[in-house]
Amino acid sequence: MNMINKDNNMQPQKRSARDFLELVSGKPWIWAFLAAGATYLATLLVVTNSAGAGALLYAALTFASFSVIVGVGQMFVVTLGPGNVDLSIPATMTLAATLSLKFMATDGALIVPGVLIAIGVGLVCGLFNFSLILLLRIPPIIATLSSSFLFQSLAIWSNRGVRVKPPELLAQFSTGGIFGLPNVALIALLVSVLAWCVLEKTIAGRWVLATGQNKRAARLGGVPVNAVRFVVYVGCAVLAGVAGFVLASFSGGANLNMGTEYMLMSIAVVVIGGSSIAGGNSNVPGIWGAALFMFLIVSMLNSYGLGAGVRLMLTGLIIVSVVVLASKRRHQI
Amino acid sequence: MVENQNMIGTREVPIITLAQAGVSFGPVKALDGADLVIMPGECVGVVGHNGAGKSTLVNVINGRLSPTSGTVSYDGAPGVADFRNSHRARSSGVRSVFQELSLCPNLTVLENYRIPYRNMPKAGWRKNAASAVRASLDAVFPDNGIDPYSVVADLPIADRQMVEIAIAFSRRDIDARLVILDEPTSSLDGAIADQLLAYIKTFCANGGAIIFISHMMGEIFDVASRIVVMKDGRIIENDDASNFTRDGLVDAMGHVVPDTQDVANILEKREFGPEVLRMENGLNARKGEVVGLAGLAGHGQAEVLAQCFLERTSDWSASRAPAVVFVAGDRSRDGVMPLWSIMRNLSLQTLVEFSRTFLVDRKAERGIARTWHEKIGIKTDDLDNPILSLSGGNQQKVLFSRALASSAPIVIMDDPMRGVDVSTKKEVYRMIRSEAENGRTFLWYSTETDEILECDRVFVFRDGEIAAELKGEQITEENMLRASFEMQEAGQ
Repeated sequence: MNMINKDNNMQPQKRSARDFLELVSGKPWIWAFLAAGATYLATLLVVTNSAGAGALLYAALTFASFSVIVGVGQMFVVTLGPGNVDLSIPATMTLAATLSLKFMATDGALIVPGVLIAIGVGLVCGLFNFSLILLLRIPPIIATLSSSFLFQSLAIWSNRGVRVKPPELLAQFSTGGIFGLPNVALIALLVSVLAWCVLEKTIAGRWVLATGQNKRAARLGGVPVNAVRFVVYVGCAVLAGVAGFVLASFSGGANLNMGTEYMLMSIAVVVIGGSSIAGGNSNVPGIWGAALFMFLIVSMLNSYGLGAGVRLMLTGLIIVSVVVLASKRRHQI
Repeated sequence: MVENQNMIGTREVPIITLAQAGVSFGPVKALDGADLVIMPGECVGVVGHNGAGKSTLVNVINGRLSPTSGTVSYDGAPGVADFRNSHRARSSGVRSVFQELSLCPNLTVLENYRIPYRNMPKAGWRKNAASAVRASLDAVFPDNGIDPYSVVADLPIADRQMVEIAIAFSRRDIDARLVILDEPTSSLDGAIADQLLAYIKTFCANGGAIIFISHMMGEIFDVASRIVVMKDGRIIENDDASNFTRDGLVDAMGHVVPDTQDVANILEKREFGPEVLRMENGLNARKGEVVGLAGLAGHGQAEVLAQCFLERTSDWSASRAPAVVFVAGDRSRDGVMPLWSIMRNLSLQTLVEFSRTFLVDRKAERGIARTWHEKIGIKTDDLDNPILSLSGGNQQKVLFSRALASSAPIVIMDDPMRGVDVSTKKEVYRMIRSEAENGRTFLWYSTETDEILECDRVFVFRDGEIAAELKGEQITEENMLRASFEMQEAGQ
């Protein structure tokens, strides 16, 4: 009797633990959010006042937004399979920001054409990248890396190192917010919701995932592989252009090394977010978790008062351990 | 390890003994209470449906899987339930050739030989490996002309299969005593398969043992001294080959006796529509026709089919009314999306056809998947299961459904029956027949003669070109073989 009772008591507990594990293992993005949450709480140990906590979250959302916008584009590219990565994101951001801000010349009436120019620059950059990849058959890493030198040079040539300021209205919009959320975060949210819909709901999303798993099999299964790759590379560059535009408006002007940190950032948020580097498996929510985490980790180490060297080292270490942890869990179950 | 060599030829000690061995994956019993003893000099044929447990049995014997119940013992040693069976299997000379080719494509033939030979002496190993592979290739497949220094990826699939078999029989520190051949002839043409069967006989006569898994009854009866019939994870028959008849064996496996006569009769006297396809090399097909591509394996048939498909479809757009669809034979290279569910794999080709907008019509998708699940009998409870949870034959059924669900008037099939069991084959033949009568055209490359005999017209390939076109009564195994070899003799 005693035994049976014991068993009955044990069962529900066991099951709920297993359910939780299943939930966690089925959704790799949870790890990115858990890591971001833990980092946030760790920072709060130092930042004690509640105003500071709110401000930190607001800042995290703001800065994560830029990573999310470029990260979504990079995610689609990485999903195309091994060897696919866009290294020209920073240069595209710089070029789009420089040209569009120069065109607007702080005139608030030209904001809409300015946005269109940023998008247009992204389009052209993406077209250029993909034509290198398709027509000259250059591996994507080399193609995008070399074209990024070209884009960067164009940016240097066009403004000769002068910092171009955004129109006042635009600066206000990009630093402001509604409903307690930064406007840039709303833009990033819109981008990621759209990306999620494309991946989950549309035929094109299926095609991207199929191409990433096995390009040859996808082609033989009726997928227009080149069209898929074309749209993905151009889309990624357009998102980089938009991100560059928003970032320049937010930070008070375009300068030449504004995109630098987004080279690694765009790849890091994809990987930490739980998308497979091997392709064919993407994860949009994870990008948000990862982007928040990447900002919070730096601010945590900052608030602990660590020097720049230690900070970088710890950032690297923590990122590696998150990736290892997340990938291990997925393999076990 | 020297004692192993002494034991070759001693016929009293069984190489392997399975006592009530079982393997369960959760609630699924892949192998259930298997008793099997294999003595030196035996050739054991193993037959059964797809998913009957043949591969599991093989994996228990070669130590890749540890039995969850019962014991396995090698060379009469007591069976121990730990995880070191693969080591024991290796030291008693058990070697395997798997159904899915398992060579490293980026390495050369001789480097692939080196991989399972872990403690090969390092000095001059390339030369030694090359001569060992060469010797084994020549012993099993005389006049093969395969260079041990060539990279595996550059070899046609038939050559790769030959290399894999030769490596399994090659000389190493521990000699091969029990070689497991899982569908070894599926990619080989008749003449080369015969060479292998002849070699198996000498190997057994010299005291080696073979486990031979095949869907081809003729081969089983040709080489096997004993036949083991499997069904639902159990060994249901285990007797001398002489006590079986073909029909008896098929009955034992549990499906209907194939009635080739019927099918042959249907073939006669059918009118075809206008020509719907013509290629530069002369390959052509009319509406409603089943056109076979025959010839020795690896003579350009697959390339012609791929070209035919790629020419008629676009890299840049997908059509709601595609001109052609493709059924892959090399599943992992050309067909399966390994991360996806069965349903997503099945619906890939037809996404644009059944969805009216740019969104995937989930309801229509599930409907199509259900229809084909029933129609072709995919062995699964849940279409949302990953495709890789299916056995090879069932994955192939999914690929068939993917293509046949489309409205495309031309279906290209690149040796699609590899690893498919007899009853499924019959089912698919019937389906192809009825689809052809409804006006679909089939281009069908096959390495198996009885499949080619199902065709209305046959093009025999040699060296990438059409060597002969056979019609109606001319379609016989003899004519096909003659066309495959004729030019070879003339050229010499």
